[in-house]
Amino acid sequence: MTKYRINKTRFVDQTKTVSFTFDGKKYHGFEGDTLASALLSNGIHLIGRSFKYHRPRGIMSCGSEEPNAICQINDNTDLTEPNVRATEIELYEGLKASSQNCWPSLNFDIGGINNLISPFIPAGFYYKTFMWPKSFWKKIYEPLIRMSAGLGKSPTQPDPEIYDHKHEHCDVLVIGGGISGIISAKIAAKNNLKTILIEDKNILGGSTIYQNNKNFVIDGQKSNEWLMNEISELQKLDNLTIKTRTSLAAFHSYNYLLAKENISDHLPLDKKNGSIRQRLWKIRADKVIVGAGAIERPLIFNNNDRPGIILAHSVKKYLDFYGVSSGLNNIIFTNNDSAYETAVSLFEKGISVKIVDIRKKSSSNIVKNAEDLGIKIYWNSTVVNTFGYKKIKSIEIMNLSEDGSNVTGNKHKIQCDCLSISGGWTPMVHMHTQSGGKLDFREIDQVFVPTEKSENHINVGSCNGDFELEEIVKNTNYKVKKFLNINEGGFDKISVLCSKESEKKNIWLLPNTISESKTKSFIDFQNDSTAKDIKLALREGFKSIEHVKRYTTTGMATDQGKLSNMHALGIIADTAGVKMGTLGTTTFRPPFTPLTFGAIVGRNVGKFFDIVRKTSIHEWHVQNNAKFENVGQWKRPWYYPINNENLHEAVQRESKAARDSAGILDASTLGKIDIQGSDASEFLNRVYTNAWSKLGIGKCRYGLMLNEDGMVYDDGVTTRLGENHYLMTTTTGGAANVLSKLEDYLQTEWPELDVYLTSVTDHYSTASICGPNSKKILNKLFPNKDFSDEAFPHMSYQDAIIDKIECRIMRISFTGELSYEINVESKYGKSLWENCIAAGEEYKITPYGTETMHLLRAEKGFIIVGQDTDGTMTPIDLQMDWIVSKKKYDFIGKRSLYRSDTMREDRKQLVGLLTDDPNEILEEGAQIVSELDKKPVEMIGHVTSSYFSPNLNKSIALAVVKGGKKMNGQKLFVPMENKNINVTVSDFIFFDKENKRINA
Amino acid sequence: MFVINCPYCGERDQSEFSCGGEAHIVRPKQPTELSDDEWAEYLFMRKNIKGVQFERWNHAHGCRKWFNMVRDTSNDKIHAVYKMGEKPPVI
Ligand SMILES: [Zn+2]
Repeated sequence: MTKYRINKTRFVDQTKTVSFTFDGKKYHGFEGDTLASALLSNGIHLIGRSFKYHRPRGIMSCGSEEPNAICQINDNTDLTEPNVRATEIELYEGLKASSQNCWPSLNFDIGGINNLISPFIPAGFYYKTFMWPKSFWKKIYEPLIRMSAGLGKSPTQPDPEIYDHKHEHCDVLVIGGGISGIISAKIAAKNNLKTILIEDKNILGGSTIYQNNKNFVIDGQKSNEWLMNEISELQKLDNLTIKTRTSLAAFHSYNYLLAKENISDHLPLDKKNGSIRQRLWKIRADKVIVGAGAIERPLIFNNNDRPGIILAHSVKKYLDFYGVSSGLNNIIFTNNDSAYETAVSLFEKGISVKIVDIRKKSSSNIVKNAEDLGIKIYWNSTVVNTFGYKKIKSIEIMNLSEDGSNVTGNKHKIQCDCLSISGGWTPMVHMHTQSGGKLDFREIDQVFVPTEKSENHINVGSCNGDFELEEIVKNTNYKVKKFLNINEGGFDKISVLCSKESEKKNIWLLPNTISESKTKSFIDFQNDSTAKDIKLALREGFKSIEHVKRYTTTGMATDQGKLSNMHALGIIADTAGVKMGTLGTTTFRPPFTPLTFGAIVGRNVGKFFDIVRKTSIHEWHVQNNAKFENVGQWKRPWYYPINNENLHEAVQRESKAARDSAGILDASTLGKIDIQGSDASEFLNRVYTNAWSKLGIGKCRYGLMLNEDGMVYDDGVTTRLGENHYLMTTTTGGAANVLSKLEDYLQTEWPELDVYLTSVTDHYSTASICGPNSKKILNKLFPNKDFSDEAFPHMSYQDAIIDKIECRIMRISFTGELSYEINVESKYGKSLWENCIAAGEEYKITPYGTETMHLLRAEKGFIIVGQDTDGTMTPIDLQMDWIVSKKKYDFIGKRSLYRSDTMREDRKQLVGLLTDDPNEILEEGAQIVSELDKKPVEMIGHVTSSYFSPNLNKSIALAVVKGGKKMNGQKLFVPMENKNINVTVSDFIFFDKENKRINA
Repeated sequence: MFVINCPYCGERDQSEFSCGGEAHIVRPKQPTELSDDEWAEYLFMRKNIKGVQFERWNHAHGCRKWFNMVRDTSNDKIHAVYKMGEKPPVI
């Protein structure tokens, strides 16, 4: 055993040695240790440097509230994790931990210079100093700050571990496995309620499990012995699930809770065996009982942050749970009775201990116990300073004045190697407030306690403000039975003996002889904010706690101010002379403790991140070397390079082939909505800008759909299959939204219409064949069909059979070429496609992808909704007045086209752009200006589509330009990083203006 | 996350639903008769009440039906759900 491992306990197995390293040096601990207890057993207190001043900092607590002892785990491996609290990580063989936030090393840290210049780093320093000159921010200030600050290193490789999500439902969820949680779970489970008990530690029992003190007795047994028996009883209950190493992350409304279970974090790396690391439980509980406990408060005095200054109850836990003494010469500094339990425990193990108490007296059993043992107590005293750079060596104390606002008498110096501090207890109300619960301020011991109003959850034990053992046990029993409507049984007849606190005194900021500006009394240890920072913020006019918090960064570190929020509030209240209860608290937001990204995303990583939709022809595209692009969730062929062609070369070849002979496109991804019902025509009249009533059966029509604000929403061709039957196509990306929008109107605005909508996007596959030879290919595919312009004109549809398979052929065109779209049931898509390729072989039919499709339609000036439009373009802006019916009384968006704003003549309007140099290709998204010298530069529009057209042998572009309709022939400029490109506004139809090729 | 009682399907998790904003804003029957201001009132102006609010919800990942819901935005208590076309309850 090491010098500091002075006690054997049942929680740490001292026969099982575990070795680990800290900052490269090898140490030993035992199975059951945390990293913090193992470090303390080796006499190591100094763990890191503080965030702003780089002051040496040590372990301060034993749980999730730890602000100082934050480590990088397994540095330089792909499993590395920053910002891990040494107090929470269970020790395992081979664990590698290192300190953070120090450079070049923990013992010699160059950022420590900040400590010396700290008078010049007050609250808001960064905001104030680094504002000017502006140009300095990016190149000088920011890199400097980033180099000297920061919290650990992010892993550079993808996380190799597996994370999981699981849903769970229960009657009762009990949060916290301390004494109140155990009592609650037992009552619930014994009454046939499906109960889950979660506890973030690896063993149940909270702080009572190591409360081995004669002053705390339940039913004649020491409280720890009693609880031990209760736990073994509990484990026999059938309808109770106990989840240890599981911490509550969030408590949402309607009793929906997230809890993170650590499954393999405590195992050595070689024993994880690819098991799941963490599981996020998504729990819906009928009733929730919160027994989250309380966190001990520090005391705020000058230099209260040195290594070796530890919360008093944590000192007790290290001693009685882990068998480790945090020091051999202890002083306890307290304002309450609970720290006396630590003193008695230390004394009983033969360790030197003295007590400094700001109260004048206390006559409780535990204080008498300490006095009887002969422990020296300095009443009515406060610590005014501490000494020792990397570890505390001594303290100075003084007497308090009558009202506690000042110090009197002489300074008295006492040597020590550990100072245990206790400023009372703060109920963990985070869960309660996360669920929407409110708080009341309890004046007598200055705590916020839950206002009990919810029918769905209650708080029990110390998180409810019950601090004494007797009230914890009895109130929990009473409240739980009432909450769960249970009359019999429970713990009605239990007898509890405990020490009761008779004297209470609290001073948020302890007085000192030296002026405040020369002290460093830390409130937020992790973010290095001090009492004087808060007072400065108040002097500078900040009043709201939320503003003070942000200005001083108090409570904004990864511990979310678990130790600091109350003191910040208290000091604000004292300084401003208001009652603390009137200030309110800051908002506690989930997660209660930081969650890994892995736990949040679970299995939704890599190929499970999102759904991938493939057409039935996908395999053919893969085999034919297609490059794919994502369009929504769809994988669409982008281009089909031959040999070593790049995108440009392939697209030039494909585009030329489609116009010279024949091209084929997989158009299966277009959204398809089957519309039926006796009012289908009327419905289309209302949702499209053009008229539909007179469309003959077997005919197709292009439609433009607006939002109610008049802006273009979607477009596509709709075919009339029968009297009351249409097939609408939508853009690939817009399909789901269009269906939702149509359903919305049908159900809410026009429920009287007899119309039924069915999404059939996935039901059909579409091969679109275009080009002058397309008719010949169709003739080969359907030898019995007449494809003459008279029998099968443009914008019409016919049924046909191929290989006994029924198909629909639409003669429609998005390229301006003679073009046919053949639709078959999806399962026949690939065979249809292969038939088309075979039939087209003699015409060198060329498969083309989305890029060529975009180019071909741009040559014709056809828009792509979402590329040439952005939700601010009306059909008038797009120069598509021809599609807006003047006769129809109403359609979605019609009224908005006559608003004064949509009728402005200087709106951005669709134009064509030609570069003066025909080989210069504009960048899509590039800005357009009319005057190069004007300051500030006035941007009058931007390029929306741009290509080199192989069919025109020049660069073409579509753009939206303010007042562009009237600019035909005008010279404009596209300024780029290193040159200005001269362009001329043109018609946006570049190719075959007479539309001859459609009937070629 | 709420539990929403779809009037067609029963209680389901909120993740199956999408919210469609304020309820009982009827699309004008004769939009062309409206002034710019009147049309803008219909088109753009929405309340954002702290307290009891009437909302449209859609069971998007379920029966795909739209319905109305009365929710207190200050505590997320759902007071009522009712079908489109039904009279709003008095809360
Ligand atoms: Zn439903």
